Amino acid sequence: MVPGKTTLPMMPLGRGARRKNSQLPRRSRRQPAETGRRFLDLRSGEVDIKHPKVRHETVLPVRAPNLTMQYPQVQINHHYARLWTGHDFYPQFPSFATCSKELKECSGHVFVDSVPEFCLPETELIDLSTVDVILISNYHCMMALPYITEHTGFTGTVYATEPTVQIGRLLMEELVNFIERVPKAQSASLWKNKDIQRLLPSPLKDAVEVSTWRRCYTMQEVNSALSKIQLVGYSQKIELFGAVQVTPLSSGYALGSSNWIIQSHYEKVSYVSGSSLLTTHPQPMDQTSLKNSDVLVLTGLTQIPTANPDGMVGEFCSNLALTVRNGGNVLVPCYPSGVIYDLLECLYQYIDSAGLSSIPFYFISPVANSSLEFSQIFAEWLCHNKQSKVYLPEPPFPHAELIQTNKLKHYPSIHGDFSNDFRQPCVVFTGHPSLRFGDVVHFMELWGKSSLNTVIFTEPDFSYLEALAPYQPLAMKCIYCPIDTRLNFIQVSKLLKEVQPLHVVCPEQYTQPPPAQSHRMDLMIDCQPPPMSYRRAEVLALPFKRRYEKIEIMPEPPPRPAQPTSGKKRKRVSDDVPDCQVLKPLLSGSIPVEQFVQTLEKHGFSDIKVEDTAKGHIVLLQEAETLIQIEEDSTHIICDNDEMLRVRLRDLVLKFLQKF
Amino acid sequence: MDPECARLLPALCAVLADPSQAVADDTCLEKLLDWFKTVTEAGSSLLLLQENPCLVDLLTHVLDLKPQNVSPRVLSFSLCLAGTFAAQEDCFEYLQQGQLLLGLFGEAGPLSWAAWSVPIVRSGWIRGLRSLAQHPSALHFLGDSGAVDALFSLQGDSSLFVASAASQLLVHILALSMQGKAAGSSSLQGSAWPACAQKIVDHVEACLCSTAAPQVTQALNVLTTTFGRCHNPWTEVLWGQLGPLVAHLLENEPIPAAHSLVDLLLSVARSGPRDMAVGGSSSPVFASADCGLWETTARMLSCLSPSQAGPLALGTLKLQNCPQALRSQAFGVLLQPLVCILRATAQAPGPPGVLDETTEGSSMTVDTLLSSKSACVGLLCQTLAHLEELQPLPQRPLHWPQTLLVEAAVIILKLCEGSVAPSSSEGGRLCGALAGCVRVQRAALDFLGTLSQGATSQELMLQVFAVLLETLESPASSPTVLKKAFQATLRWLLDSSLPPSSLDLGLPAPLFLKELFPVLQKRLCSPCWEVRDSALEFLTHLTACWGGEADFREVLLASEVPKLTWQLLRDPESYVRASAVTAMGRLSSQGLQAASESSGHLEVQQGLVGELLHILSVDSEGFPRRAVARVFTEWLRDSHADVARDTEWFVATVLPMVSRDLDWEVRAQGLELVQVFLAQTLGQSSPHCPYVVTLPKASPPSPLPEVLRTLCQLQVFDFAFRALFDCDRPVAQKACDLLLFLKDKTAPCSGLQEPGESSDVTSVEATLQRWQAGEQGQPLSTLEPKEVLAALRSMDLEGLQSRLAESSDHVEKSPQSLLQDVLATVAVLEENVADCY
Repeated sequence: MVPGKTTLPMMPLGRGARRKNSQLPRRSRRQPAETGRRFLDLRSGEVDIKHPKVRHETVLPVRAPNLTMQYPQVQINHHYARLWTGHDFYPQFPSFATCSKELKECSGHVFVDSVPEFCLPETELIDLSTVDVILISNYHCMMALPYITEHTGFTGTVYATEPTVQIGRLLMEELVNFIERVPKAQSASLWKNKDIQRLLPSPLKDAVEVSTWRRCYTMQEVNSALSKIQLVGYSQKIELFGAVQVTPLSSGYALGSSNWIIQSHYEKVSYVSGSSLLTTHPQPMDQTSLKNSDVLVLTGLTQIPTANPDGMVGEFCSNLALTVRNGGNVLVPCYPSGVIYDLLECLYQYIDSAGLSSIPFYFISPVANSSLEFSQIFAEWLCHNKQSKVYLPEPPFPHAELIQTNKLKHYPSIHGDFSNDFRQPCVVFTGHPSLRFGDVVHFMELWGKSSLNTVIFTEPDFSYLEALAPYQPLAMKCIYCPIDTRLNFIQVSKLLKEVQPLHVVCPEQYTQPPPAQSHRMDLMIDCQPPPMSYRRAEVLALPFKRRYEKIEIMPEPPPRPAQPTSGKKRKRVSDDVPDCQVLKPLLSGSIPVEQFVQTLEKHGFSDIKVEDTAKGHIVLLQEAETLIQIEEDSTHIICDNDEMLRVRLRDLVLKFLQKF
Repeated sequence: MDPECARLLPALCAVLADPSQAVADDTCLEKLLDWFKTVTEAGSSLLLLQENPCLVDLLTHVLDLKPQNVSPRVLSFSLCLAGTFAAQEDCFEYLQQGQLLLGLFGEAGPLSWAAWSVPIVRSGWIRGLRSLAQHPSALHFLGDSGAVDALFSLQGDSSLFVASAASQLLVHILALSMQGKAAGSSSLQGSAWPACAQKIVDHVEACLCSTAAPQVTQALNVLTTTFGRCHNPWTEVLWGQLGPLVAHLLENEPIPAAHSLVDLLLSVARSGPRDMAVGGSSSPVFASADCGLWETTARMLSCLSPSQAGPLALGTLKLQNCPQALRSQAFGVLLQPLVCILRATAQAPGPPGVLDETTEGSSMTVDTLLSSKSACVGLLCQTLAHLEELQPLPQRPLHWPQTLLVEAAVIILKLCEGSVAPSSSEGGRLCGALAGCVRVQRAALDFLGTLSQGATSQELMLQVFAVLLETLESPASSPTVLKKAFQATLRWLLDSSLPPSSLDLGLPAPLFLKELFPVLQKRLCSPCWEVRDSALEFLTHLTACWGGEADFREVLLASEVPKLTWQLLRDPESYVRASAVTAMGRLSSQGLQAASESSGHLEVQQGLVGELLHILSVDSEGFPRRAVARVFTEWLRDSHADVARDTEWFVATVLPMVSRDLDWEVRAQGLELVQVFLAQTLGQSSPHCPYVVTLPKASPPSPLPEVLRTLCQLQVFDFAFRALFDCDRPVAQKACDLLLFLKDKTAPCSGLQEPGESSDVTSVEATLQRWQAGEQGQPLSTLEPKEVLAALRSMDLEGLQSRLAESSDHVEKSPQSLLQDVLATVAVLEENVADCY
């Protein structure tokens, strides 16, 4: 039984990527009702320039913290296949006894009991085998990479920075490890039958494209996918087919996270993905290089624009301290990299002041050790403050000191050493934040029954209510402190004022207030000219005119283009070329008017009159009632019904021009 | 003049006149000027100059030297000095004989020098003239020397100080010219004005008619100062003459110098009530009914932009003598933005009367509110601050729309929180502009706090508490917002006149407490020390007021708050530790300290005393130690159970710690503690301690010798004598007061002293003298009551008290010291120069 969500945005660039003709279901990023997906959704968020989509958009919409007089104690229901209470729900669905083994009911909610499945990136719109390049913006955006590189016929190149690849590998490794640890024989498939699904209770009946959901990839597939990645550094210029140049820039969001500049000789497109202007651990966002863009594609804004990360960190610390002081334990479901570094740094400063020095902090993940160590070695990708520590005998992140002083201990799993060291009250950081697999499940069961304990959600990607649903009834306190450091709308408006792109292109959801807070006019992009928005599955023509193109003229005439060969998908551009016609010669040079008039006179034309116009000249052959209009880049011969005369005049004109 | 100063004066003048000897800083020159002013005010300036010819020589020398050779500081000083002397008419004549004044202040003087470009010189010139312009001769001089014209141009000086001083001087000259001309206003009409005054008035008139805004501003500033300072019949004539021109300014679009215009109108209007108070009759300006002031004000209120009209409206409402219609209009202007907010968010629009009055001009207010975020925020902050200022004044409108104002403050806070969903598009835009705006949040919370005193319906009060709780709870609230939210909450809780005992009645405040404490708990754990500090302060105040209420105690003790407060005694931030000490002190006084399951009440209490003693003895920061000393004093005064159990032990433990503390405030607080102890022990209540009679003193006051012996054993005298020579004056003063009190109380005991025992006193006095000389390390032998009594008698405590009452720099402030300082500085500079070579 695997509800949850994750998305892995990437940005493939394709020359002439084919758009498949499909009417995809459209859902808004913040659509509130779709809370019922039971499967991890690994669909690609920012699939391409034509079809970027917000990361983690539809799957488990995140809600703002409840602002009633008191935070509610979350009282939903219990979970997990083996804890299934076995309530009979057949009376409600009498005709679907066939899939009864797949469906479990828990406190009024119906769940699918299955091996975890993942919703893949959008494949309906683009034939991924025609994609030449994929740009990975950050490690959260690459979780679907093995599905693309291993199963779609993709033969292009993938570009990413080194920390993105390394930490991305850790995230995938953790995911595979969590899934493989608890093998389950079969995927549930009967419920996916459309006739059955449409009669299931919401939200199961609302799940889309269930037939495309896949089981998790293996480590072999991960390794194979990662081997196809070409490493790039910030500001490195990568030439793509001589057509465009691509450059990654620091986006300030995560270690190695990038925004991309895609430019030709005369046009510049900036692709802004998850970015942050806050002072956290990564290198600051490079805003200067985004200037002078013709088009700025804006994606990956914060999921929770109303939650200030500083306030949330404060909330996190306060609730953590309150719980531990009362003798309770704190569980923090989280990813093994990212916000956890900042949380540990914050706690490093806070625990002494809060009198929590004696409380152990446990970080449990198959990749915990690698994550903590990797973060210390990517010095060049860190913020300036941390970079400068490289020259000091202290590590950039203070979690090293927490480890040295035994305040922070890390373990690959709850088995082994951890069992011996485990001491309560304590604080545990572990995954998976969806609460559907990983060591977090054990702690939920261990601590869920006591109201002294608290689970604090910090990852913004999951609805805590959805995550907790199968664990109900739950006595432990639940605190929702989503920490999303990505750009909010105020920061976006400052960024756009600073960068001043000619056009902004963004998802439609950013151009209107969130549906649940329609009065919050501040929660939308406000810029001049208004941004161009796109919907899911919409193909958008970028708003710039290609006025110039740099060409190289070879002294030799070019070879005749070969007849297009079928089958080579990468050359799809040529598919659109109409059948070859006899090529007209190309002309160059200019026509000197005086000499031209003399030539005409030699050929027997008289009564020639020349008029100057704004763009050139008009040679008037009054007798023949004919006009020759000579302009910088064109010459027109206008004569009525005298083809002979026209051809004669044309030939005289051509004498002044060179053919090739 | 003091002969010693007169002796030093020639050397000083020589130094000042010597361009090669630079004076270190101009503060000493300012002090010199102050001194000369004092000297000239006390006696004849002419005599001073005649007795000290070096002064005139200095002025002549400055004038004779090529101006570029004189430092601008000395030049400025000389101009001011000459003006100070010339303030007396005979001295003026004396200086004029030598053409000295014309040289210094005339057109051929500094105005033509290169040094004129230095602002300090221009400023000195104006200050000199300001001092000089005190008599009719000066007026003639000003007219003839062209100084008035120069002042006109200086009004637009690049230095704001110079420009302002020029404007002030023009007003002074105008007032001086009109002195004695105020017998009958009719005589001032037309050309009857003195030449100098006429010139200034003409200039002001011309400026008012100018199209250049800076000139209009200058004219308005001159008039504002004039009406602010002078309340004579001629000001009425002046207003009659210039009022129409001022009113004419309102016809321009946009109105030039609107801020200055507002200042002028308020200045004219204010000149009325003050005169009424003094003379009992209407002010000159208001003598004629058609003076047009109110009409102009009314027109201005309606045509100025809302943010410009706000200050005028507030000023108008503060006036005591103002037509009711205008007051209503002004109040309408102030309420307008709030009414617009309520309308835009579809709230109840308040009482009908208010709405009617505020309909006019609402579109302009709405436009401002919606034009941009900064305009919206600026207008709202200004409006809230104005209304907050008006609220406690007796002049505030009789029909104070409490409900409307509370509703507006609540809705503004909700807009800032983003928790209100207005249906109109205006409301949506307001929400966008105000969401997360800390400035407006702070202003609204301050304003809401002041509204707590008014009568508010229970339903509305619920809304107030809900929005306050929302703000306190919100993770997005900044520390300053939280502080203000705590302050506003406290005011509403305490002013809502609903004691917690009414819990069962379902009234808002007690119910609110139950919701509040979890939030308070969370805030006490905040990683931000400011928040922890604000939460502790809130707790302290609330406990002080409601500590005795059963329901409050129940809610408090059921929470983790006392325990968390205790833990904050070890907070790494000293301010928080100090606040925690105060809070724990208060909780303990009320018997509300945390009682853990394992330890009983007594242990907890002893633990707290121990913890506070620990802070007092080892805390490296002064704030927590001061807080402990204050708490101990309070406990002693209120006869806290633990202190009362063994007061002597308590004093004996605390005194050695406070007496050696490095922080003077702790030592002073220690003396305060001793004072309280003495008042209780000597059996006499001090005027500050009315409850002493209720203290649990079963036995009658002990006999005085016995008390003295106890005091000696507790080393009270050691502490007090030592503090008498403390390097910090407040400590010494307090010790002196304390010893005087003791001396007074022990007077009946003087019989204890036997003749021939004076040798003991000698030894004490010798020690005291050594302490006075700074040898504080010298121990005082164990004192006996007799020695103490003898020492008290022999010491001139009264004399010491009066010496200590003088400011600590009274010696250094003497003019002689000043002159010596200036000369010494120059000498040091010379030495340094010699060293260099």
